[in-house]
Amino acid sequence: MASSVISSSPFLCKSAQQKDLGFPKPSQISVHRCQKRAISRKIVSVMAPQRSSSATGSVKTGMTMTEKILAKAAEKSQVVPGDNIWVNVDVLMTHDVCGPGAFGIFKREFGEKAKVWDPEKIVVIPDHYIFTADKRANRNVDIMREHCREQNIKYFYDITDLGDFRANPDYKGVCHVALAQEGHCRPGEVLLGTDSHTCTAGAFGQFATGIGNTDAGFVLGTGKILLKVVPPTMRFILDGEMPSYLQAKDLILQIIGEISVAGATYKTMEFSGTTIESLTMEERMTLCNMVVEAGGKNGVIPPDATTFNYVENRTSVPFEPVYSDGNASFIADYRFDVSKLEPVVAKPHSPDNRALARECKDVKIDRVYIGSCTGGKTEDFMAAAKLFHAAGKQVKVPTFLVPATQKVWMDVYALPVPGAGGKTCAQIFKEAGCDTPTSPSCGACLGGPADTYARLNEPQVCVSTTNRNFPGRMGHKEGQIYLASPYTAAASALTGHVTDPREFLQ
Amino acid sequence: MAAASLRSVNPTLPRTLPSPTRSPPFQSPFLRFAPTSTSFNLKPLVTPPAPSSSPFVTRSAAASPQERKTFHGLCYVVGDNIDTDQIIPAEFLTLVPSNPEEYQKLGSHALVGLPASYKDRFVEPGETKTKYSIIIGGENFGCGSSREHAPVCLGAAGAKAVVAQSYARIFFRNSVATGEIYPLDSEVRVCDECSTGDVATVELREGDSVLINHTTGKEYKLKAIGDAGPVIDAGGIFAYARKAGMIPSAAA
Repeated sequence: MASSVISSSPFLCKSAQQKDLGFPKPSQISVHRCQKRAISRKIVSVMAPQRSSSATGSVKTGMTMTEKILAKAAEKSQVVPGDNIWVNVDVLMTHDVCGPGAFGIFKREFGEKAKVWDPEKIVVIPDHYIFTADKRANRNVDIMREHCREQNIKYFYDITDLGDFRANPDYKGVCHVALAQEGHCRPGEVLLGTDSHTCTAGAFGQFATGIGNTDAGFVLGTGKILLKVVPPTMRFILDGEMPSYLQAKDLILQIIGEISVAGATYKTMEFSGTTIESLTMEERMTLCNMVVEAGGKNGVIPPDATTFNYVENRTSVPFEPVYSDGNASFIADYRFDVSKLEPVVAKPHSPDNRALARECKDVKIDRVYIGSCTGGKTEDFMAAAKLFHAAGKQVKVPTFLVPATQKVWMDVYALPVPGAGGKTCAQIFKEAGCDTPTSPSCGACLGGPADTYARLNEPQVCVSTTNRNFPGRMGHKEGQIYLASPYTAAASALTGHVTDPREFLQ
Repeated sequence: MAAASLRSVNPTLPRTLPSPTRSPPFQSPFLRFAPTSTSFNLKPLVTPPAPSSSPFVTRSAAASPQERKTFHGLCYVVGDNIDTDQIIPAEFLTLVPSNPEEYQKLGSHALVGLPASYKDRFVEPGETKTKYSIIIGGENFGCGSSREHAPVCLGAAGAKAVVAQSYARIFFRNSVATGEIYPLDSEVRVCDECSTGDVATVELREGDSVLINHTTGKEYKLKAIGDAGPVIDAGGIFAYARKAGMIPSAAA
């Protein structure tokens, strides 16, 4: 069923006739070029609604990327939205918060002596509550160590010395960034994680979604999951040149503001278009990261040379990318002319409470937080540093920097920022008066134990590059969180008010 | 109570639960806490059940799914977009739900993240259990994180069912997978017509489940449980998988 949302945004062209769009069928292995659709437009027959996959017989109907990935993982030739299927899992990720519970359930259901389905397909990444004196939090990392040792889990990014993260060679940090950096994200695969932002990996053209402990316990024992409903796909086509002051965070906040926090519930969000093709992998990750904030089941971006380049530099495991068929059925189509978009924020207390950054310039803020899987990657810090350098000023409010992973932390200290005469992010941050970049973890994005660095312990106003701003998200229930891009966060730090980055970037 | 009977087949939950059996004549323990007792003489607005079985007796694990499932007690009303941070703030996620002691502790923190505008607390400070059996919500209940601690803490606190206009998918799925709390869909904005402290009954039947608010006298149709039905009826994802032959019976 097509969505009936009619938007009055001038940048949005909503098409409900997506079934007739007639995309040319891209080859499985060649790079998918969206420009081709302007050249050849075939009208294909409209698919019959409400049929089960068994009824299609020898007639193969078009499938979306997500449908194809799930069909392959279910060892079926065809699936349609609404199907209940058992799906093979390629990678299961868990962390310190949900890992103990997931393994607890696994043992209870499969037996104390049970073995996991495949010790090389499970990735255990402590990242949530690491640098804290909270005894239970520390114990949870110890619990995971025990399980990993017992099960011979190959990928356990352990930390034992909490006083110095650099003394832990295996420790990575934020799970979703680590998964990508360590080569666990591959096109065409099924990745599940005990964390809602597992959808981040959809940037790699795979099916990636968050699950709870019970489902994870089930996967641990069987390597399969029951997908109760194959999701229908909403398509978001973003075209146009990305303005220099705009980032992927602005794009996803724009979209969530458009469709609301439940706009994509039970659905896939597929992103394509010339703008998407121009995005780096880290920017694509930011985009897919917040799919869950719109209620989405998963997000996907068609893999291309950018994807293959990133992946092949990090893993030698073979993969098979898939793409939506030309005659695939989409439940909704949204089109954006990105060149006309402006920096936006999500005001308290909802990720869909969208407003133009420039219209919030009277909002006085108390602090800025740059970090998390959404906005704590290397390019996020590069962007903030670039703005600070262009401005040449000092921040007016405490500005907390939490690199997502060890690698990001090292990049912040080692990589020169383009156009800054050889200065690194760390040097620029220091000159601007920011706090020293801290140990990599999820940090205060979700509040955490009371002693978490940069936790909102008072009812303050914070501009943050994180993903959620519901009441109490970063700690204090009356805290006010404005979600923003790294550029917007940096600009706001310089003025002490919510600030459009064009103040300093143009 | 049906949710409690789910527990007897769902081994993911600790064994040391208070006995769910009630013996007739019906005297809900929750009514003791009601500030006004206008509703002690309950007059259900739906056809009374067959005389051979009290509707408030626990449905046994062996009962067929066609039998009635009933939840009864006080309502706790919340609004739209109640996210998982409000249901169970992140600082309590160090509690491991599969650990029986920590499971109980989780219950004591249920819905503690709600803003101060909610004058009635779901669980009184110092208590571990709630006096409210039925949570009434608006749109997108349980949005946000995938933390299973969310439906777990509600169940651990003693809530039996949520009746909301709509759910976020991971929360709904976790509720079904764990069997901790029965997620039900209302057709209208029940949260606008019920108040915290109302006495209500939820009756699940083939085709026409209802929420009866005894305090207001209103009755609301509930939508069919849909795809989750077979999984809930089996007793959670593990029981369902065993029945479907996907995994062998639980190891000793």
